[in-house]
Amino acid sequence: MKSVILQTATRLLFPLLLIFSLFLFFRGHNEPGGGFIGGLVGASAFVLFAIAFGTEVTRKLLRMDPRVMVGWGLLFALISGIMSMMAGDSFFTGQWVFFTLFGSELYVGSPLIFDIGVYLVVVGFTLAVIFALEEEDN
Amino acid sequence: MTILFSVLLIFAVAFFGPMAAKYFKTYSGWALAVVPFAVFVWFAGFIPVISDGNVINESYVWVSFLGVNMSFYLDGLSLMFALIVTGVGTFIMIYGGGYLASDPNIGRFYFSVLLFMGSMLGVVLADNIISLFIFWELTSISSYLLIGYKHDKEDSRKSALQALLVTGSGGLAMLAGFILLSIMTGTMEISEMFSESGIVSEHPWYLGMLILVLLGAFTKSAQFPFHFWLPGAMAAPTPVSAYLHSATMVKAGVYLLARLSPVIGGTIEWTYIVTLFGAVTMLIGAWLALAHTDLKKVLAYSTVMALGTLTMLLGMGHEYAVQAVAVFILGHSLYKGALFMVAGTVDHEAGTRDIRFISGLRKTMPLTATFGCIAALSMAGFAPMLGFIGKELVYEAALSASIFPLFLITAAVLANVAVVASSAIVAIRPFFGEYKEHEKHVHEAPLSMWIGPAFLSVLSIVFGILPFLIDGSIITKAAASIAGTPELVVSLSLWHGINTALILSVLTFASGVGVYLVWNKFRDTKGFQGYDRWMGEGPKNGYENILAGILSFAAVQTRFFQNGYLRYYLLTLLSFFVLLVGFTLFSQTNVSLLIDLTGIHFYEWTIAIVIVAAAFAAVMAGSGLVAIAALGVAGYSISLLYVLFSAPDLAITQVLVETLTVILVALVLIHIPKFTATTSTSSKVRDGIIAASVGTIVTLIVLAVLAVDFDPFMTDYFAENSYTVAYGRNIVNVILVDFRALDTFGEIVVIGVAGVGVYGLIKLGKSLFRKEEGKTV
Amino acid sequence: MEPLLAIVIGILVALSIFLILRKNLVRVVIGIVILSNAVNLLIFTLGRLDRGIPPLIPAGESVPVEAFANPLPQALVLTAIVIGFGLFAFALVLTYRAYTEVGTINVDDMRVAEPAYKGEVLPETAITEEEDKS
Repeated sequence: MKSVILQTATRLLFPLLLIFSLFLFFRGHNEPGGGFIGGLVGASAFVLFAIAFGTEVTRKLLRMDPRVMVGWGLLFALISGIMSMMAGDSFFTGQWVFFTLFGSELYVGSPLIFDIGVYLVVVGFTLAVIFALEEEDN
Repeated sequence: MTILFSVLLIFAVAFFGPMAAKYFKTYSGWALAVVPFAVFVWFAGFIPVISDGNVINESYVWVSFLGVNMSFYLDGLSLMFALIVTGVGTFIMIYGGGYLASDPNIGRFYFSVLLFMGSMLGVVLADNIISLFIFWELTSISSYLLIGYKHDKEDSRKSALQALLVTGSGGLAMLAGFILLSIMTGTMEISEMFSESGIVSEHPWYLGMLILVLLGAFTKSAQFPFHFWLPGAMAAPTPVSAYLHSATMVKAGVYLLARLSPVIGGTIEWTYIVTLFGAVTMLIGAWLALAHTDLKKVLAYSTVMALGTLTMLLGMGHEYAVQAVAVFILGHSLYKGALFMVAGTVDHEAGTRDIRFISGLRKTMPLTATFGCIAALSMAGFAPMLGFIGKELVYEAALSASIFPLFLITAAVLANVAVVASSAIVAIRPFFGEYKEHEKHVHEAPLSMWIGPAFLSVLSIVFGILPFLIDGSIITKAAASIAGTPELVVSLSLWHGINTALILSVLTFASGVGVYLVWNKFRDTKGFQGYDRWMGEGPKNGYENILAGILSFAAVQTRFFQNGYLRYYLLTLLSFFVLLVGFTLFSQTNVSLLIDLTGIHFYEWTIAIVIVAAAFAAVMAGSGLVAIAALGVAGYSISLLYVLFSAPDLAITQVLVETLTVILVALVLIHIPKFTATTSTSSKVRDGIIAASVGTIVTLIVLAVLAVDFDPFMTDYFAENSYTVAYGRNIVNVILVDFRALDTFGEIVVIGVAGVGVYGLIKLGKSLFRKEEGKTV
Repeated sequence: MEPLLAIVIGILVALSIFLILRKNLVRVVIGIVILSNAVNLLIFTLGRLDRGIPPLIPAGESVPVEAFANPLPQALVLTAIVIGFGLFAFALVLTYRAYTEVGTINVDDMRVAEPAYKGEVLPETAITEEEDKS
């Protein structure tokens, strides 16, 4: 499906979708969004790209085998749990660091790392399935 | 040493049986016989104590909250049995060592026999009925192992299973009876039940309990119509037949009746059932022996006769009867153990035990012949043997029976006529007459194989001539235990003067000899073989038909439920779901069918209708793509519901997933052809009914749950702690990544595994399957 | 609204069961999708419904100030949707793989794992018979 219109639109949409995906992901803790939703949007971006330009190009763009991405995701999630254990709490108890940046108070915690893991698993899974199926077509 | 120790010692030694076979080689039987002999001597030391009227109790707490103890009770009856078990057991170990000397599996024989010996000792010593049951079942299992000793022969395996199933199912019935008995008496210790016999016989459960316990005793002691397993058990090596299937295990049923007769005996029901079953078994068994030419089969059926006699006597339960039981048990164990060993020796040396093909062995095997003849005389009840005293007492008992004395004495005489003939067959046929050439070169058996018969048969004479050796001590106390009257005194003698019993004995002996003389003629007649077919084979065929019936029923129902069609599995599961959950719903809850549909906005109705309509379209769709389009409509509508009802995260997720689903389906379905299955209307209707029922049940469940007040405990917890503890304002996300992160972790693992699975199915599947096409799948 | 959804859920379950009982593997997979949607709705409904008040804590507050929708079923359903997608993808690809291997999507003809009983005649397209010959 190599249509010029789709390819042009994709060139425009792909970065937008990716940014939107990250936006949804990062605001997820306080507004609707998060790892699952962000991951699905991110995956959609790559799926769209794959439909427009083929999987070969998309794989190069991704730089990482989707299956490996699933593995990284699980590793991130696991690390966030182990961090709690290192701090002496039960597995997956949230750990937080607070700091002030440009006058506003910010905090980063292990649940964010966990959510990164969820994001990577969802993207990896979706792309692994869809890439494999698309390649089966050819 | 304690009683528990004596039992455990034998169990422990059992495990060294195979090792002993290796190290002591031909002397292994002698070496292992030391253990039962030591236990025998130890128990013999109790004879004076018990004779003085003492009993010994020994108890160890086992499962205290169930009242199950490992407790033992030693009185005259237990002691007599313990001495028989260990005494005969000693000779069996020696004999078995010689008989199976060239068998590479002899270690297994030692193990199983010692396992049995310990279990049997446990049965006769146990006081707690649950311990008794456990030992009882252990004897069944060790008997199974021993009958199936030649496990490479189908016949052995079949006989072993048959014996196990018959005695095992009887044992289960007995367990049920025991439990009833313990509820009735309020105790599990037999020694404490003795004082409760009044309560037991008056209890409304009495008859049910009696029948259950009798089933256990009758199956174990091979009473008609369960007698068929005993001749089948002759597939075991002869030492096993001599030990388990004549001297000890089959007497476990008799022992149980004797042990419990003070508690559950003495009633009209007991007297009729036990006496008549015993008498019938005695008569049928005695004559079945004459229909066979296999030495072991002849002896097996005469054992059935002996067990019938004992059962009959226990049913009568009066003073003569209990004396007769005590004497007969001892006498039978001595002569039958000896005869089986002799039969085994003949088989071992001559290569066959079919008496049509053996004769004249007395010249080559003088010792075996002598002891065989002595034992056979005791079996025939010839003076001055112990068997004679036993038979006299049986006649006396039958003459003074409280029910049907005429029938019982006739049956006893007729049965004993057959026994005399059987004794003549086993004593005369192999040893006297012309010497025949046999398969093997016949010579006298080694010491290990004649010492047992020698001791046992000689004891038959000694106890017969000098009855005072045993009557005041063991026999009196055993009889007293059975009768439940400690003051009973037994005095045995050979000569009682000329009385009815003696006249009957003479008559029996003369008739028996007469029957023996015409045996060759009537053995093969149609009528007599027909008798064997009906009484011997008949119950066995009945058992086999029942077994085949159970197996074919299992096959039919397995095929019915596990037919290989997923659809039918689901139909079964769903039908049960509907029935069970439906039943619970209607019986346990008040489901209100008045559904309140007020307060629903117009657009909510619209969405609900669109969802249902789209789902219907997906069902009706002719092609997969149409169905997926319909499915998409339903999915997007559901996401609208999520929007309306305050779940923005769900709505976004649902929309994204629906989109990706459509892409997936498009990628897959273009490869799969359109397929319309031909399904009959009737099965569609059937599936429709099941589906509709399941749907209805689910709706009712939802309504039932909604009727219960909502408990906001969890909700409030998450709301209060979401920001204060987890620093997140989106409570849903906080639950996912913090409060219930472990759940989520599990879920992403599942997603990861699914991804690997899909990838494997597409990429790896190709190389795996297609290379080996046509070979394996 | 809950009683209406109870009925909708019941209908969806009934339709999905009907599809799962079909011979065509594609329809079985579609049935699974409908079933997971129905179960999601079921969980969602059992947590009770509230209109227009998402479970978000307003900025500047540390606890919700007014009534809010139950967040727990939402969290459960959110993962269930994604897992349902995973299951669907797997089932669909399994169907596809089964088709390329066995040559049919008729479940009755897929008897590789459940060989014929004595005397049972399998449909001609079944692979079992060819297997037995080789």
